[in-house]
Amino acid sequence: MMKASNIRSLRAKSRSARAAFAALALLSTPALAQSLAITGATLAIGDGSEPIRNGTVLISAGKVTAAGAGIAIPPGIKAIDAGGKWVTPGLVSGYSRVGLVEVPAVNETNDASARSPFSAAIDVAPAINPLANPIAISRTAGITRAVVVPSTGIGIFAGQGAVVDLGADMNAITRARAFQYVELGEEGAKDAGGSRPAAILTFKTMLREAQDYARAPASYDGRSKDALLNRVDAQALVPVVTGAMPLMVHVESARDIVTVLSLRQDFPALKLIIAGAAEGWMVAPQIAAAKVPVIAGGLDDLPSSFEKLAATQSNVGRMVKAGVIVSMGLMDRDEGLQLRLATQQAGNMVALNKVPGATGLSWGQALRTISSAPAEAMGLGDRIGSLKPGRAGDVVLWDGDPLEMTSAPIAVWIDGVPQPIDNRQTKLRDRYATPGEGALPKAYEW
Amino acid sequence: MRLILIAALLASAATPAGAKKDREAPAPTQGSSAEPENPYPSTYKAYPGVATAIRGATIFDGEGGRIDNGVIFLSDGKVTAIGGPDTPIPADIALFDGTGKYVTPGVIDIHSHLGDYPSPSVDALSDGNEATSPVTAHVWAEHSIWPQDAGFGRALANGGVTSLQILPGSANLFGGRSVTLKNVPARTMQGMKFPGAPYGLKMACGENPKRVYGSKGREPSTRMGNMAVNRQTWIKAREYQKKRAAGKDQTRDLGMETLADVLEGKILVHNHCYRADEMANVIDMSKEFGYKVTAFHHAVEAYKIADLLRDNGICAALWGDWYGFKMEAYDGIKENIPLVHRAGACTIVHSDDENGIQRLNQEAAKALGAGRRMGIDIADEVAWTWLAINPARAMGIADQTGSLKVGKMADVVLWNGNPFSTYTRPEKVWIDGALLYDSANPKLRPVSDFELGQIGAGDVK
Repeated sequence: MMKASNIRSLRAKSRSARAAFAALALLSTPALAQSLAITGATLAIGDGSEPIRNGTVLISAGKVTAAGAGIAIPPGIKAIDAGGKWVTPGLVSGYSRVGLVEVPAVNETNDASARSPFSAAIDVAPAINPLANPIAISRTAGITRAVVVPSTGIGIFAGQGAVVDLGADMNAITRARAFQYVELGEEGAKDAGGSRPAAILTFKTMLREAQDYARAPASYDGRSKDALLNRVDAQALVPVVTGAMPLMVHVESARDIVTVLSLRQDFPALKLIIAGAAEGWMVAPQIAAAKVPVIAGGLDDLPSSFEKLAATQSNVGRMVKAGVIVSMGLMDRDEGLQLRLATQQAGNMVALNKVPGATGLSWGQALRTISSAPAEAMGLGDRIGSLKPGRAGDVVLWDGDPLEMTSAPIAVWIDGVPQPIDNRQTKLRDRYATPGEGALPKAYEW
Repeated sequence: MRLILIAALLASAATPAGAKKDREAPAPTQGSSAEPENPYPSTYKAYPGVATAIRGATIFDGEGGRIDNGVIFLSDGKVTAIGGPDTPIPADIALFDGTGKYVTPGVIDIHSHLGDYPSPSVDALSDGNEATSPVTAHVWAEHSIWPQDAGFGRALANGGVTSLQILPGSANLFGGRSVTLKNVPARTMQGMKFPGAPYGLKMACGENPKRVYGSKGREPSTRMGNMAVNRQTWIKAREYQKKRAAGKDQTRDLGMETLADVLEGKILVHNHCYRADEMANVIDMSKEFGYKVTAFHHAVEAYKIADLLRDNGICAALWGDWYGFKMEAYDGIKENIPLVHRAGACTIVHSDDENGIQRLNQEAAKALGAGRRMGIDIADEVAWTWLAINPARAMGIADQTGSLKVGKMADVVLWNGNPFSTYTRPEKVWIDGALLYDSANPKLRPVSDFELGQIGAGDVK
């Protein structure tokens, strides 16, 4: 009888062997960035402007060189006629755990959080798995970049998130250590031992310890009984206090948002991003005045907790109207898997325009919440998230209006590289397109 | 957060309320096994409506029919006429121009936990899983329902949901009885209870029961344990049912009463089950003990055995695109719904989610698009059966609602565009002919007691 541990190790070996094979297959055939023109498109730039008809996108050396109407196509360049179909920038998920998770409920495949002695110093970038199935599934749905957010294990800081691309290659990182993540709402209260005052005090004390560390790293004693932060976590928070690294704060209620904005009284350099903000509309002018970008769930409309009593789908529209830069992402559900819900979130913002009393977004504004706005929130607006010249050649050609649930991408490019349009789900679909076994079992259909 | 959701999901498959048709006052019966006929009867009464017609809309009738430039006439709480532009309607009624709009029967969600996992999701209100024993056939979901869950109102206003089945969670093999509700705000569960709807029994396969009880060092801790406990329970239930049918005296057992009603076909089985192989095992078990599975819920691998479901007359209640959140959901694909539909099995779009229930039309649209891309061209009006007559049949209420046929309940949604578009929302919703949501009238928007007097109360949501 084989021992369980042996079985496990056997499985681990075959798993890593498969992964290595797949990686080799990808790496041994490096797809090259194409010079490419897409013409005749219903073209959306992603910067908030409305789509135009008969638009052209030019990509060269992996970057967008031009996009708009009346653009001349350089001779000799490969041209694709979109025939009126839609072209958008690759979509950007403003909040996800893609690449950190394969099956959320299978702990061995879930790297989103840890009960670790470390917190702020945790860096998700080395753990991102470009071969994770949710990456391919999301890519096939037109998502080309994502903000990857760790979640808290012990304490209020979760660590340093990343911005990734979803390309079919082994280099996923667009920006490592793109931001630090902290919980300061209901979850923060829990993480701090049970109350918001404890969370705020913990936060301030930790940032002051980081300042102590910055002043004299050699003399910082992370092991003194008064220290909350070990040396490694203290060092990791230094760029947060100095404003060199954005701080993403998860809060939902109007009260907590105001509290977060006031943190700059003690730490003026903080570069805040608010995630969640279900009640952001109530304090939208303050958020706008503080120039703090928000990443919201968009469709929250239930009092699902006491910090979301005023949740409404008009939240995003009202904040945008007040001048807040709002992105959308996966808050609270399926963060590792369902990045493709971005188009549904955005489409529903457009739907609100026809609901009396609701505040929605124009089509162009809605697309912006899932393209250039999250890029800007991450300080990457000049590199990704739109089809303005100089941005990465992340382009999606769609078979219909991208914000309709009946539509899907026909082709996806990342950094100008054409991406595969199949994934594990399309292979399951094809295998079971007809029920019943054929001349051989289904297992031979691949 | 996600973990909490998963726990809820794992635990979310329930069985609610009384399978018997409403009857007159309970007749006292003799002997210790005497069962009261209908101890928690519906007190639902249709709200007053006015005679109403909509003219010029595209109508999906819920059974696969479509009428362009159609007319529908509602009076006395019923559909009284439906047809083309020449359909006669009386004068002096409320008349709405449906040009550019769509009319459908109200959406029916066969799988919801509104009221038993309500908002706010705090422990004090978490009443969806009696996770203290793998066999809790004796619990009734209706006894957990909190009518002040704001989710009911959202499902009405944003989702056009007019009827829904509330199930116990899926922590247990036998979760308990379900209950079917009209989506009408009420002070009590009884005030929402769908008159005459049969009860359901929630059962669950797979990871949830084995995880919940295995982690406590109890049976079941494996899938074979799941099946063994199921079969032992059915053996007892059959004995109980035989004695009851023979009029023999026995001590009342609430769980056995529910299971005996299943064996007699009075209670419909709604079985949470993800994997194809497990569904096949359950089908065999149902034959072993002589009951019928009405619907598999979630069934992310239904597409692998669509022929088996068709041949056994079992419905599949499915999500549009959920996948991968746990091991048994790993093989979920967007084409599940169209593949099951094409095979000729009864196909239903369900939510199991307080947010998803607000957009079941969009979940169906995802399936439509995915199907069309692989060459399964299903017409919009046919796809609406997934939200209407199919769930109505699987809930045993198809004789009363689920399609726009003359004489049926006037449970109707007027949509402000094609309901498979993301850009479309309900404009008006009628339940039994009463206008209970009107997007143009802020006062025709339910505000639950929980929300009343709170920030955001009465806001457009």
